[in-house]
Amino acid sequence: MIYDIEFETMPREALEAIQLRRLQTTLEHVYATVPFYHKQFEKAGITPGDIKSLDDLKRIPFTTKQDLRDNYPFGMFAVPMDNVVRIHASSGTTGQPTVVGYTARDINMWAKLMARALTAGGASRGDIIHNAYGYGLFTGGLGTHYGAEKLGASVIPVSGGNTKRQIIIMKDFGPTILTATPSYALYLAEVAEDMGVDFTDLKFKFGIFGAEPWSENMRHEIERKLNIIAVDIYGLSEVMGPGVAIECHEAKQGLHIFEDHFIPEVIDPDTGEVLPDGETGELVFTSITKEAFPVIRYRTRDITSLNKEPCICGRTLIRMNRVSGRTDDMLIIRGVNVFPSQIESVLMEIDEVEPHYQLVVEREGKLDTLTVLVEVGERLFSDEVKVLQNLEKRISNNIKEYLGVSAQVKLVEPKVIARSQGKAVRVIDKRKI
Amino acid sequence: MHVEQISIFLENKAGRLEEVTSILSEAGVNIRALSLADTSDFGVLRLIVDDNGKAEDVLKSKGFTVGKTEVVAVEVQDKPGGLSKILSLLHKSDINVEYMYAFVRQSGNNAVMIFRFDHIDAAIKLLKNGGITVIDGSKVYAM
Repeated sequence: MIYDIEFETMPREALEAIQLRRLQTTLEHVYATVPFYHKQFEKAGITPGDIKSLDDLKRIPFTTKQDLRDNYPFGMFAVPMDNVVRIHASSGTTGQPTVVGYTARDINMWAKLMARALTAGGASRGDIIHNAYGYGLFTGGLGTHYGAEKLGASVIPVSGGNTKRQIIIMKDFGPTILTATPSYALYLAEVAEDMGVDFTDLKFKFGIFGAEPWSENMRHEIERKLNIIAVDIYGLSEVMGPGVAIECHEAKQGLHIFEDHFIPEVIDPDTGEVLPDGETGELVFTSITKEAFPVIRYRTRDITSLNKEPCICGRTLIRMNRVSGRTDDMLIIRGVNVFPSQIESVLMEIDEVEPHYQLVVEREGKLDTLTVLVEVGERLFSDEVKVLQNLEKRISNNIKEYLGVSAQVKLVEPKVIARSQGKAVRVIDKRKI
Repeated sequence: MHVEQISIFLENKAGRLEEVTSILSEAGVNIRALSLADTSDFGVLRLIVDDNGKAEDVLKSKGFTVGKTEVVAVEVQDKPGGLSKILSLLHKSDINVEYMYAFVRQSGNNAVMIFRFDHIDAAIKLLKNGGITVIDGSKVYAM
């Protein structure tokens, strides 16, 4: 099924004509309203009028996460606050979040794109959607929720956590579509098994999973354990939230990007040069319909490649391959963005702690786990076990409070953490995704 | 009246305790008393040795985190109620025992226990006034 036949199957020439028109409108808009973008144009010695083709897009400088942070909280908004009806935020490296805003039209557009995405993932009117993405500042929960309502499906706003209750709801309400992070989906399977609930007795048909990296192997495991067809969804709050791109359940080979709203580019992360389709590099997005928070050539740090080949589902939209990694050190743990430097600033708030730490990420059981190893130096050490245990607890609580992610803190002997060329190895990611 | 104890941070993995004892043995340091408190991830080894300075130096040079704490060595009558008498004395005066462990050697016919208090000097005064023998550090190291 295709939600928006006109736009999702449009011939590419017609699509590109729409993209150019929308791009030009967006550029005029940000040039006039956002000082940051105005300066970017000046820096490049151009004005929006110089962008006469889609190819000219590459003349505009990139926007980075740091730029968004420098304009915290509302400096990048392109409309007066009177017109902003929603604010979301995602975590940033220094504990300072990236803030994004939406006008009423943005919210409606987002809902429509999520309705498209849910449809591509197998949902339709009449389905019951069990939405286990977290509700709140994170865009996953509410983005999916509005899309589900737009589609006309019944949505259960169950959010994350309270897993046993979720299993009971699955049994009693009979949802047919599951939306969650892939690791939480596997955790649900595990808890269901413990409770003696068999997924083959449930009514699920499709699952739409995203907000963290996963793999084909994990897809097979989810499909087998949950007895569903699993598709990948992509999005990031800076660009919109979930629903920027989605796999169709027919092909499950790459995620269709809704190009009538977002122009993707793949660049060489070192030189900034635009790479031809098929080559792997950093994904860059320009939004061409957003009002409150347009982004121009925003560097996502996600690594992928693009594919224009026609798809068996009938969509003419370009596909991005599964994200294979990041160009920075950001970790995504159960949908939460974590930078090692954030953990470091939490640790440094505690006087006795020395900056010798290491993050170990594992997928133990079904959930991603974060263990923070902290070396015990003389200032931190105590002959009393309870003092050391309290310290572990305090660090763990602070991480939970500041970053929103649960971490196990483990004290280790000095010099245990490997130092390579004088620089400590900060992250060990043991996840096999 | 204080006794100096050294403590060492150990991860819970095979061979760590043996490593400490062999470092001390190579340095000719004799262990007088020992206690190990542990959790699932780590342990704290507490030692009374005959040469604190030397023990601290060799362990630190091998990369261990070493701490020093003042504790109290107390004679305990080696008969039923011996320890109870001391504990009830402390309890009545609201002095907390953080931990305690037994000394290997005896002092005459009495056993010797090592106590770690939250208020060490108040504890010593109380014990002495209560007729309990507190053994001086210099004697303890040589026992």
